[in-house]
Amino acid sequence: MLYSILKKLDKRWIFLLMFLSVTLPIYIIDKTGKSFPEVPTTLSKQVFNSVETLNEGDPVLLSFDFDPASEGELGPMATAFVRHCAEKKVKMYFMALWPVGPQMIDDAIAKVIHSDFSSLIYGVDYVNLGFKPGNEGVIKVIVTDLRELFTTDDMGKSIEEIPMMSGINSVQDFELVINVSAGYAGTKEWVQYASTPYPDEIKVVAGCTGVQAPLLYPYIPNQLPGLLGAIKGAAEYEKLVIDKYGGDDPDPKYLEAKRRMGPQLVAHLFIIVLIILANYIYYIEKKVELKNE
Amino acid sequence: MNSEKRITIFILSLSIIYLLGRTFFSDNGMGKAYVKVIDVKPELVDSDVSWKVYENASQKDFQNAENDDPSQTKYKFSFSRTIGIWVSAFFTLFILSFLYKDNPFYKIAESVVVGVSAGYSMVVGFWATIVPNLLGKLSPNWIKSWAMPGLNAESELLYLVPLIMGVMLLWRLSPKGSWISRWPLAFIIGTTAGIRLIGFLHADFLSQIRNSIISMIVLAPDNGVDFWQSLKNIIIIIGVLCTIVYFFFSIEHKGYIGKTAKVGIWFLMITFGAAFGYTVMGRIALLAIRIEFLLNDWLWLIDPSNTRLFM
Repeated sequence: MLYSILKKLDKRWIFLLMFLSVTLPIYIIDKTGKSFPEVPTTLSKQVFNSVETLNEGDPVLLSFDFDPASEGELGPMATAFVRHCAEKKVKMYFMALWPVGPQMIDDAIAKVIHSDFSSLIYGVDYVNLGFKPGNEGVIKVIVTDLRELFTTDDMGKSIEEIPMMSGINSVQDFELVINVSAGYAGTKEWVQYASTPYPDEIKVVAGCTGVQAPLLYPYIPNQLPGLLGAIKGAAEYEKLVIDKYGGDDPDPKYLEAKRRMGPQLVAHLFIIVLIILANYIYYIEKKVELKNE
Repeated sequence: MNSEKRITIFILSLSIIYLLGRTFFSDNGMGKAYVKVIDVKPELVDSDVSWKVYENASQKDFQNAENDDPSQTKYKFSFSRTIGIWVSAFFTLFILSFLYKDNPFYKIAESVVVGVSAGYSMVVGFWATIVPNLLGKLSPNWIKSWAMPGLNAESELLYLVPLIMGVMLLWRLSPKGSWISRWPLAFIIGTTAGIRLIGFLHADFLSQIRNSIISMIVLAPDNGVDFWQSLKNIIIIIGVLCTIVYFFFSIEHKGYIGKTAKVGIWFLMITFGAAFGYTVMGRIALLAIRIEFLLNDWLWLIDPSNTRLFM
């Protein structure tokens, strides 16, 4: 009975159930205000500690190498990174290897700095260097000479006129490089052309999409000390930042990843059920085949 | 008209009635965008030039400002951004409609995405590559006068080489002499291969060998053995060796070699499973953000960021 139903099941029912398994938790979490608890893993703690051990005024390069297509996964961790850096009062230098990266930078700046850290001054505490085409070629050049490619900021202002650019000549002058990556060019290239050739001078931590994460694990811990893998990594990092700086009633915009773990749980359970059912069909079919033989 | 079509038309009609009702006849409406108007004045002294910057604002900010002062102009309704939300919502639905079956709405959305992406790439390519990296190097004063006021550089004639190579690359479009484009293409392939070879050799080959040379017995700070770290290292070493043996095809996979290769297959399968799991997580996250957008920004059914007064 179950076998014949499953065998004839239109795949569109599965799409509908998947839609519901994502939509209902989003709706319920919003109405109840409750979400699932997060326990940070070692990798997330290492990313957190890399930022946490910085001193006030240390220069940090934030490369936002993603676009709106992966904003759902990477937006929350980008927000958390900017919040953490702002709380630590480090100098933030934003750049992008993806054409739409500057818009992602603007979003994060508006969401975090303009609304909650309005005392930070552009050009003194943070600067947006914008997008540079050339993928790994850009990294290869700026690890030794940043001014060769970045002559102006994103708005066209000469970097000579930007106070916080004084003393910054290459990526080696930054205390930390934070990369938020959706693919090529991204974390892999930062590891290949920045942290591997200059292990003592350049330290890279990253947040990446789920598709990339397994490919980056071999670099841990020597070439890549910390990694936030997909929305789960973002939720763990959010928790660490909120626990330290969030106060009693944290702003919901700093809990986006944690909130999105609800639909993740239900959808994953649904997929596990589907895998079990698919294997059941496979098993029954094999059994029938053997009987017929 | 078959029953499937009838049901589809019925559901679509209900949805349209619901949307129209919520938009025009409910107290608060839905899918509206607001902006905060910021006056910007340049740092230059004695300059009367100023302009306005519009930042995203919430319905709550707008409503609070209206309640305090009905004639305020700091926050206002943004018609263009509202149109943006509605277009974005419909295009999300158009793309998702492919899951039901291929249809003209999906085709429209697909074509628009391709066209807009191509157009955007061309414009960004011009302003981010041609202008600063080529023209800005060849004739900085000219570029400074109309495109990049902050540019402070001297002319570098060496950049005539990429200019010539760029023109040679465009020769491909010519009906005659398209072979000329092969020369710059060969240069691009050669340099890219060289850069990438070094990167992979250093980071993925040599460094990975170095990363695999690890202690099988890790000592804890109290001079005992760190059991879990030791176990982790042993698994890494066994995994690396067995997987390499699986890809070693010069000897037939029989006996000890065959058994080791089988263990290698298990490690590979676990890796593929982990990669699949991560991919599923990524895809669900993308679906979740689109649904959250529809329910939050468009339909105003949820308010996770607490940005609306009436919710």
